[in-house]
Amino acid sequence: MAEAPRKLAWCIAEVVETSPDTSRTKSLFLEIPGWEGHRAGQHIDVRLTAEDGYQAQRSYSIASAPEDGRVELLVERLDDGEVSPYLTDELRAGDGLELRGPIGGWFAWEAREGGPLLLVAGGSGIAPLMAMIRHRQAAGNDTPVRLLFSSRSYEGIIFRDELERLATGDETLEIIHTLTRSAPPGWEGYDRRIDEEMLGEVAFSPDERPLTYICGPTPLVETVATDLVGLGHEPARVKTERFGPTGG
Amino acid sequence: MDEHRLDGNAAAGVLAEIFTFEITTARAACAHCGATGEVGAQMAYVSEIGTVVRCSACDNALIRVVRQDDGPQRYWLDLKGVEYLQLRERL
Repeated sequence: MAEAPRKLAWCIAEVVETSPDTSRTKSLFLEIPGWEGHRAGQHIDVRLTAEDGYQAQRSYSIASAPEDGRVELLVERLDDGEVSPYLTDELRAGDGLELRGPIGGWFAWEAREGGPLLLVAGGSGIAPLMAMIRHRQAAGNDTPVRLLFSSRSYEGIIFRDELERLATGDETLEIIHTLTRSAPPGWEGYDRRIDEEMLGEVAFSPDERPLTYICGPTPLVETVATDLVGLGHEPARVKTERFGPTGG
Repeated sequence: MDEHRLDGNAAAGVLAEIFTFEITTARAACAHCGATGEVGAQMAYVSEIGTVVRCSACDNALIRVVRQDDGPQRYWLDLKGVEYLQLRERL
């Protein structure tokens, strides 16, 4: 029997822990009452209500694997945002947070779908792709994965230590970084924005028919998707998740 | 008024208030150009006023939804841009 359709409802989650990732990002770990699990790549909607009743709503990708006990959201602080400064600066363990989800089955990946998997992230766009990498690891799956991850600086690489740990000793998980603003002395990796030449070097061959997920700021997502199709990849196997110009 | 060009996935929340089936993996046929594809693969324009899902092939407005929040919630749902929507259970 297939899963019965259900109505999406708002609920109050409890923040059980907050943890900074980089100077601009923070992970929120949540316990959500009645949570029936998610698929890697899905997002949730968060809603804040001011005392005067004004509401602001934003979407955040889930960074945790379905197998993890807690739901992790990665929040990037946007200085002029309506929502993210509250989430990164004010919210504490023990606080409640109104949300609904999981949402969006299209930009989702389950280990049984196989690959190979090409993941391309810009900044906090790593969140849903991290869920896929963690899910693959938790499921003991050996689908070949390549992650091309664009960050501004080495210090700004989100989940850097965990990614390095996961890739160590796993020949089927390759992580390629590019740093767009500053690179440390002796950096031997890419140090420019993602372009067609880089994708040609990093991506699986179109003959291998990779499943591709791209997430990040809109210009990055659109450039990468266009370049991949130009390189001969099937548009139907290239899935995109634009964060938009601001987010919030 | 900011209007952001996003993926059909970005319309998933508001459409899930209306449809009980997963909408981003539903297939939509464009009433203008005939292209078919999953809603998640189309474009979504999201603003404070409402959400428009446009055909990624010809830019025709497939789905328009406006929600009125003051008082009991009301929705205006305009589907004339789609020839049909194919909704399915998830196995």
